[in-house]
Amino acid sequence: MEIHMEYYLVVSTIMFFAGIYGFITRRNLLAILISIELILNSVDMNFVVFNRYLFPEQLEGLFFTLFAIGISACETAVAIAIIINIYRNIRNIQAKNLNQLKD
Amino acid sequence: MNSAPQEAVFYILSAAIVIFSVMTVTTRRILRSATYLLFVLFATAGLYFQLNYSFLGAVQLVIYAGGIIILYVFSILLTTTDKDKVARLKNSKILAGVLTVLAGAALCVFITITHNFGPTRYVGDEVPMKVIGTALMGTEKYQYLLPFEAISLLLLACIIGGIIIARKR
Repeated sequence: MEIHMEYYLVVSTIMFFAGIYGFITRRNLLAILISIELILNSVDMNFVVFNRYLFPEQLEGLFFTLFAIGISACETAVAIAIIINIYRNIRNIQAKNLNQLKD
Repeated sequence: MNSAPQEAVFYILSAAIVIFSVMTVTTRRILRSATYLLFVLFATAGLYFQLNYSFLGAVQLVIYAGGIIILYVFSILLTTTDKDKVARLKNSKILAGVLTVLAGAALCVFITITHNFGPTRYVGDEVPMKVIGTALMGTEKYQYLLPFEAISLLLLACIIGGIIIARKR
């Protein structure tokens, strides 16, 4: 019995949908950001697995994952800066209170 | 490849990923959520190592586990108030979320299992560091100098944007 490619894909699918669940049920901005992180990570895993199993001579999946990790670091940094700024203005970071920002 | 210890490592890491990613989105405390996310990222790096992409696993450990999670923990500690735990969702919304996610996951898993991906072949060689370096620094086809430079500009823009957005006025 060997490890098929589909096993990795099922694991990353579960991680992806856990992220989706968190994204639509959480009300805290940081929790939503953590869910986005899960989604990005599962997509990275898919790239790597496709690279390893379907095109082992190429390096595209590896480099896509490398750049995706870098871009998600940028995205997290800017999003956290925005969230901290929101916290300074309205003293909490719940998504339902964000309309207080326009006052 | 595919000896019994490899399979054991794969199953342990997959179980860790599944359990901790579900716990990440179901726990009520946000700091615990960040900690479980750290465990998920560790297990993913372990899977990269198990697939013999050591460089990628190292990058995952350094950037995600070392950088992003620290950022999360600090911002959680800076912004969490006691009122945050009070906000609970209605049960109907949670049920709708669970149903949506289960339907989507079932559909995706079904398609993944029944789809024919063509011939899969596992060549478990480690990618030499020299190959990665030349591919990252070259300008020909299948070489990545331009996105490398673009991402350096993006990082610079993020530094400046982060400072400007979050500074005190």
